[in-house]
Amino acid sequence: MSGYVVNDNGGGRLPGRVPASLPNQERARLLADAARRLRARELEMVSKAGMGHLGGDFSATDILAVLLLGVLNLDPGNPKWPERDRLVVSKGHASASYYAALCARGFFEEALLWSYMAPCSVLNGHPDAKRVAGVEANTGPLGHGLPIAVGMAISAALDGSARRTFCLVGDGELQEGSNWEAMMAAGHRGLGSLTVVVDRNRLQQGAGTEETSRLEPLASKAAAFGFGVTEVDGHDHLALLNVFECLPVEAGKPSFVIAHTHKGYPVSFMTDKVNWHHRVPTDEEFAAALKELG
Amino acid sequence: MTTSAALYDCRDSFAETVEALAQEDPRVVVVCGDSIGSSKLVGFKERYPDRLVNVGIAEQTVIGVAAGLANGGKLPVVAGASCFLTARGLEQLKVDLAYTNANVTVCGMSPGVAYGELGPTHHSVEDIAWLRAIDNMVVVVPADPLETSQALRAAVAHVGPAFVRVSRMGVPAVYDASYKFSLGRAARLLDGDDATIIANGTMVAPALEAARAMAAEGLAVRVVSMPTVRPLDEAEVVSAATETGAIVTVEEHSVRGGLGGAVAEVVVSSVPVPMTILGVPHFAPTGPARWLLDYFGLNAAGIAAAVREVVKRKVT
Repeated sequence: MSGYVVNDNGGGRLPGRVPASLPNQERARLLADAARRLRARELEMVSKAGMGHLGGDFSATDILAVLLLGVLNLDPGNPKWPERDRLVVSKGHASASYYAALCARGFFEEALLWSYMAPCSVLNGHPDAKRVAGVEANTGPLGHGLPIAVGMAISAALDGSARRTFCLVGDGELQEGSNWEAMMAAGHRGLGSLTVVVDRNRLQQGAGTEETSRLEPLASKAAAFGFGVTEVDGHDHLALLNVFECLPVEAGKPSFVIAHTHKGYPVSFMTDKVNWHHRVPTDEEFAAALKELG
Repeated sequence: MTTSAALYDCRDSFAETVEALAQEDPRVVVVCGDSIGSSKLVGFKERYPDRLVNVGIAEQTVIGVAAGLANGGKLPVVAGASCFLTARGLEQLKVDLAYTNANVTVCGMSPGVAYGELGPTHHSVEDIAWLRAIDNMVVVVPADPLETSQALRAAVAHVGPAFVRVSRMGVPAVYDASYKFSLGRAARLLDGDDATIIANGTMVAPALEAARAMAAEGLAVRVVSMPTVRPLDEAEVVSAATETGAIVTVEEHSVRGGLGGAVAEVVVSSVPVPMTILGVPHFAPTGPARWLLDYFGLNAAGIAAAVREVVKRKVT
């Protein structure tokens, strides 16, 4: 956008890892502040690039912030550390939020975020594990992440390792059959180290999930496939922390966390608006959104 | 080079080799989608039950799970009927393996028209065209048990994704024990300067038979075995064009986009010479596998006829 300027809204540098030693209330407060700053950065990245998927970025930001900054056992200085927890972001179009959160966790310098989708940038519109530290799988075409995550969890089981695998999927993405293939395999094997997190914003590209191809009753479907299922407010950092710290939901089963979210949250004119799937803000919208984010 | 009258199912060589690889390297695991019998994995399952990852009849998940296992430091060898694995799992082959550079070896079992009477649903004559179009994907079509074993070992040793066709149709041994397969390298089995036959897989043996028959007619025909379709041994193709002036390619695959297409891409941009591409031109009628090869002229007589014809088109 022509009037774009790099934001300095008081957020300053992105926050880093939130120490596990703090009480959960304090961690949640820090994660909420981190998510606010991440969203501002995502808004700037998408505006500068002139393209992106802000609606899905914003619905996933709190989940990604809690996982990457509060939960996952990672070593950004040694991104291929074999015993690291795995996170597969199957909704690869939420790349701005994924990159911003990886950056905040320390996988790369903040300056790189400004190259988002620029010619020859390593920060493609969809993540490339070969070129971006911290990215575990190349996603973008929907329905790819969960089978890969199942393979990661089987690998951990073969090694007798306690490392965990998380897979963030979009809800519309669950219309892809490959997810249900993978869920059958995960349920059959009782992969307790695997957690699927559904960004349940109830909107896909052009309409609601329930009016396009109904997902409900999602919880009972996942349970029928052999998962321990729980539901959580996907924008409540304390609730997300509490869920992720009490996994698996049921012993001996993979976990299925339905995180209820809102596309475009919390910006008033974006929230639950399907056209913000991949809309780019005008100068006025950019300023208004930034102001709302605080 | 010698040939033997005995016919071999290359799946046996695959099974023996993958069991040996598992014994040699604890990272080796096999991923399949139910095809334990048809991929000859019964022995592997008995020896390494935990390392046989059977995810059920789900080709997309077979490939995705293999990518995840590779991320976890395993060396996955995927086995499944080539027709289903490559078609149903194509996007996973592209994205999860090739674009990611995942260290996975995919074995397309019973390719070509090996399933005979089961029909075109079960024939795999598009797999090479699909896979060789994908960047960073190694594609190998071995000709006999020895080459199958060596190609499998080379594919597992290669860092990155590789596809190896494993023939079900009985083939004679076309290489002697001294043969050393090398990824990306052709093998010149017979020399000659009147024309070149470039073949792979099940078509190497009839190519040799055709060339030997034509020697009696006074035609000196070169036979090049081209197991690696990608990366192609371009220098060998240029030599064939330059030194023999006419090329016939033959493969148990569609005439569109396979070995013939790969060779033609090099020929037209280097030394254009007359070429004929032999293969499967359309969905097959009902019939047993070997009958189908004869039906499509994919035998020594058909290859020889094509060589005689292409030689007439040579620019002198």
